[in-house]
Amino acid sequence: MFDINLFALSGQLLIGLINGSFYALLSLGLAIIFGLLRIINFAQGAMYMLGAFCALLFLKWFGMSYWVALFVVPFVVAVLGILIERFLIRPIANLDHLYSLLLTFGIALILQGSFTHLFGSSGLPYSTPAELKGGMKLPFMYLPNYRAWIIASSVVICGLTWYMIEKTKLGAYLRAGTENPQLLQAFGINVPLIITLTFAFGVGLAGFAGVLAAPVYSVAPDMGSNILIVVFAIVVIGGMGSIGGAIITGLLMGIIEGLTKYFYPEASATVIFLVMMLVLIVKPAGLFGKEG
Amino acid sequence: MSKVNRNLIIAIALLAIAPFVLYPVFLAKVLCFALFALAFNLLLGYAGILSFGHAAFLGTGGYITGWAMLNTGMSTELAILLGTAAGAALGAIYGKLAIKREGIYFAMITLALAQLTFFLYLQAPFTGGENGMQGIPRGELFGFIDLTNNLTMYYVVALIFLFGYAVVSRAIHSPFGQVLKAIRENEPRAISLGYDVNKYKWVAFVISAALSALAGSTKTIVFQLASLTDVHWHMSGEVILMTLVGGVGTLMGPIVGASLIVTMQNYLSTGEMGNYIHIIMGFVFVICVLSFRNGIVGQWNKFKAKNF
Repeated sequence: MFDINLFALSGQLLIGLINGSFYALLSLGLAIIFGLLRIINFAQGAMYMLGAFCALLFLKWFGMSYWVALFVVPFVVAVLGILIERFLIRPIANLDHLYSLLLTFGIALILQGSFTHLFGSSGLPYSTPAELKGGMKLPFMYLPNYRAWIIASSVVICGLTWYMIEKTKLGAYLRAGTENPQLLQAFGINVPLIITLTFAFGVGLAGFAGVLAAPVYSVAPDMGSNILIVVFAIVVIGGMGSIGGAIITGLLMGIIEGLTKYFYPEASATVIFLVMMLVLIVKPAGLFGKEG
Repeated sequence: MSKVNRNLIIAIALLAIAPFVLYPVFLAKVLCFALFALAFNLLLGYAGILSFGHAAFLGTGGYITGWAMLNTGMSTELAILLGTAAGAALGAIYGKLAIKREGIYFAMITLALAQLTFFLYLQAPFTGGENGMQGIPRGELFGFIDLTNNLTMYYVVALIFLFGYAVVSRAIHSPFGQVLKAIRENEPRAISLGYDVNKYKWVAFVISAALSALAGSTKTIVFQLASLTDVHWHMSGEVILMTLVGGVGTLMGPIVGASLIVTMQNYLSTGEMGNYIHIIMGFVFVICVLSFRNGIVGQWNKFKAKNF
């Protein structure tokens, strides 16, 4: 029925997987923050953009290599997250959560506007680290090393995060805080601290994704807002009930997008939104959602 | 004479005099956005639902009206009606989908649906893509009122605005509006009282979408242009900001907020500060949420209740 070109198809699938890796990292961050704070961080995309810009600027200012940036930048972004949580989000934590959503939207506008003002709206290049230049020739396709690295590192980071939350003591506190923060506080756990660290970790993940993205996408002020809206749709598709669900849905939607690019490219920008509509009709709580 | 009637007469008198003091096209723009914000506030202020995708309806009104004016040769009022109907139809579909989830999910779903709409208009052949739809004729209202005159155009916009205001005002002061407020204050209770909450939300959503599309249609006729700016998520954010600055849940708030933001944008876009517009809007958002949640009109009402 279809005249399938294996070379082109696997190429699109690869691009889909790469996009999916970023979707997974970003929606994982959103889900972690949502679990404890019950807010949606609209600035998550701006943090991703900030991560990419930090990598670029640290290289320019301090000659910081990609590998160092991969560790340092998430911490820088996380520190900004701590400041935002502590001084902006916490004062309104007891109000309707719509306010914190609007607050983070405002922060996103400020960040995106500032970077557009400083660096213009067209993208800036960031070169691929020398160690990951080149690629492997597989029987059915050419796999650039850096792309393989994106998928591998994203899967590892998502896996580690999942392990930390589901299997460790710290993760147990986090899950307990999600269920009943008052009770956890009564056991002598410093819940406000856990909340701050959770927010920092969530946005740190976005910062990490930003560094990872810098060599493949051009570093531009609007790179975050464009991807964030897609990630919102993915969060609705997956439901925010589970950490694993967020990761799997992210990767899956990347693959679906890649397949659409091959079979019906006109719909590749909209397919995830269409899947969201379908899921809302069939299973409104989302694929992994627990709430009714 | 009752107080309501007196205020109404003052408002109409102000609308009638305004174009002799300020530029009519600027005033028409303010009124279009005021209508848009009024429509949005029907949802956020009275039903407590935050839509992050209202640009979809504003843009749909604009594009459909523009298409009708360019291609069908229908008179202006019919083109505006068609744009409004298209917005209402889109609102009916999106509303049905979005009310399946609540709170921040609702916001995310409406944002995603609006982004879907953005891409559809970007790719559709009739919208002119990135360039937008240009050179849309203003046409003649009812086939004999020439709208090329800016003053005439302004008065038509003022009448459309008054109509929209009357619809919103009637809706929130009716039993329907009381049920919406009940849903806003305590949804489980409204359900237990036997109200089909989702149906009320959906009707409010469709009314709001239709009026937003009316605002978009009118704006397209005034500026003879329909572009992607109107469907972009920035626009959905702007209408929230207008409502927030003016006062969520007040009738006058969105009007005050829209006037202020549109004036600010006009002022900034001509000067050196044009680059800062999104940064300034971001700061206004943050400041409003942190310490000015009642908005200008809400704060004024509070002040009046205390001192008079």
